[in-house]
Amino acid sequence: MRCGIAGVGLLGPGLPGWDESRAVLAGEVPWEPGPVVVLPPAALPATERRRTSMAVRLALAASAEAAAASGLAPDTLETVFASSNGDGVVVGAILDALSTPGGAISPTQFHNSVHNAAAGYWGIAAGSTRASVSLGGHDDSFPMGLVQAVAAVVSRQVPVLFCAYDAPLTPPLDSQRFTDAAFAVALVLVPGDAGVTLSVEMAEKAEASSVGVLAPLMAGNPAARALPLLQALALGQAARIGLPLVDGGAVVLGVEPC
Amino acid sequence: MSSMLPALAIPAFTAVSAMGTGLAATRDALHARRGGLAPCDLPGMPDGIWVGRVPGLEEVALPEALSRYDCRNHRLAELGLRQDGFAEAVAEAAARFGAHRVAVVLGTSTSGIAQTEEAYARRGADGALPADFDFTHTHDLYALPRYVRARLGLRGLATAISTACTSGARSFLEAQSLIAAGLADAVVVGGVDTLCRMTLHGFNSLELLSRGACRPCAVDRDGISIGEAAGFALVMRQEDAPPGTVVLLGTGASADGHHMSSPHPEGLGAIAAMRAALVAAGGLPVDYVNLHGTGTRANDAMEGNAVRAIFGTGVPCSSTKGWTGHTLGASGALEAAIAALCVEDALVPGCLAVETPDPGFGVDVAVENRAVPVRRVLSNSFGFGGSNCALVIGHA
Repeated sequence: MRCGIAGVGLLGPGLPGWDESRAVLAGEVPWEPGPVVVLPPAALPATERRRTSMAVRLALAASAEAAAASGLAPDTLETVFASSNGDGVVVGAILDALSTPGGAISPTQFHNSVHNAAAGYWGIAAGSTRASVSLGGHDDSFPMGLVQAVAAVVSRQVPVLFCAYDAPLTPPLDSQRFTDAAFAVALVLVPGDAGVTLSVEMAEKAEASSVGVLAPLMAGNPAARALPLLQALALGQAARIGLPLVDGGAVVLGVEPC
Repeated sequence: MSSMLPALAIPAFTAVSAMGTGLAATRDALHARRGGLAPCDLPGMPDGIWVGRVPGLEEVALPEALSRYDCRNHRLAELGLRQDGFAEAVAEAAARFGAHRVAVVLGTSTSGIAQTEEAYARRGADGALPADFDFTHTHDLYALPRYVRARLGLRGLATAISTACTSGARSFLEAQSLIAAGLADAVVVGGVDTLCRMTLHGFNSLELLSRGACRPCAVDRDGISIGEAAGFALVMRQEDAPPGTVVLLGTGASADGHHMSSPHPEGLGAIAAMRAALVAAGGLPVDYVNLHGTGTRANDAMEGNAVRAIFGTGVPCSSTKGWTGHTLGASGALEAAIAALCVEDALVPGCLAVETPDPGFGVDVAVENRAVPVRRVLSNSFGFGGSNCALVIGHA
């Protein structure tokens, strides 16, 4: 499968946006991890904005950056959101409430607990009625989400906004699913070979691509498995990227700069 | 959207819900108008509600080699895979296309979260979760397709969809994309969701639970009954299946972009999804609309408006959730199986226990079973986050 990359969004420790992070990703400037600052999504009405959690804000920030960079109107993009934990903090709070005698669940928390919460808020923020799908995938969230997104582009010839995001969990769930720092990546994928071309194939196996000093970041968040791709894009170099899957097999990405 | 996706044959499908384990029992219950809802007898649930519980899940054993996946959701998945020769049909497809060319795309809203609820109740004094609790293979969304892929001996790609109550329906659309893009020759699609405290208390907090068996489309309906179900289908290109096999003719999806838990009142998103599915199915007329029809005041009214906008009173419609309850991320897959049975049996199942359909809908709500030719069914699913998905199932 082949498609074009029309826009990129990024948010992570020491990576405060795609344009601001290119030099770090290209290895020209040292990586200095710091707290991830995520602003509430400005495009949402105030009532909705107040209800958004860290995970949703993270996904929407990267998505908005990628959409803006693509030059395409946000309400023309289908969306694919992939996340291992989804809104795991909200789910954790509900689990806590359920284990408290007489503990009541907040209705807002309940509707925010769905895995497609980020997609729902994106639709409201973008005023979009385009189809949207939300995927899980544990450590495979990024590669499997990307496969599904590119399949949508090539099978239906539509532009797709793909976003992979994950935020740290709270105790005690974090003991079962360690997620170090918040990380989100978004790509606007378009039909054809315009601009940077991305190829995506399934393989029997592939060696995992390394990311040098960013290795701890990649190990600490499933969405950060996008880093080898982001490094290749920042360098503007052709690359072949292996993303082995948890139960065998691999996704292999190819990047061809314009 | 999605008009470029190919129609797919459905050479095998199955369903397990409170109305029956397997297709024969499901079919019997539909014809006999025998629902599966009953007062909730699971511990720690809201008082005075009814649920659609699948009997016997406690006794289902997973294969020894996959025991780390053991939880209520995967027991229900396992029970489903054993019905109607489904696992055998998948094995046949794997032998024919290669195990690496058969993908697994499954929807679930809460996966095995009941396992985590139980682990929270067993936390130590320090708040730590018990050592035997395995989040990755139970609660994690990916656990469902991973379990089914391993259980069926497949090596194609695995995808977990979680778009709330459209998850099961949406799996059909994603399978179309994968096959059209050349990534798979056959796909195991469907959805599995099980009763859990988060969902029941969550819907209770929204004051959306019925105090009896839910009665979708009734003028005096009073809310949802939650159920659990597994629905599976094997899909492949039409030329790879025998002539006469029931077909996924079209899919359509949209977002409301309106509100997180309330649908657009006029059903604009629902209309867009239904129209897209009908266009994808070549504009052929449908003979029955299987409504999402959960039984809440607002959602049923919205869907009534949406169906009226497209069909007026021209096509009979009903909800089968009076039999099964709302099975959430499994409902789209369960109701796809019901749609296929309605085509096979020439049946429009009338809503259960509805004396007076809501006259405000302005549509033809069936409240008794009708024996009429059914060539094609439109099946609706709508969910939180403004997610909408519609399927057209039958014969061209």
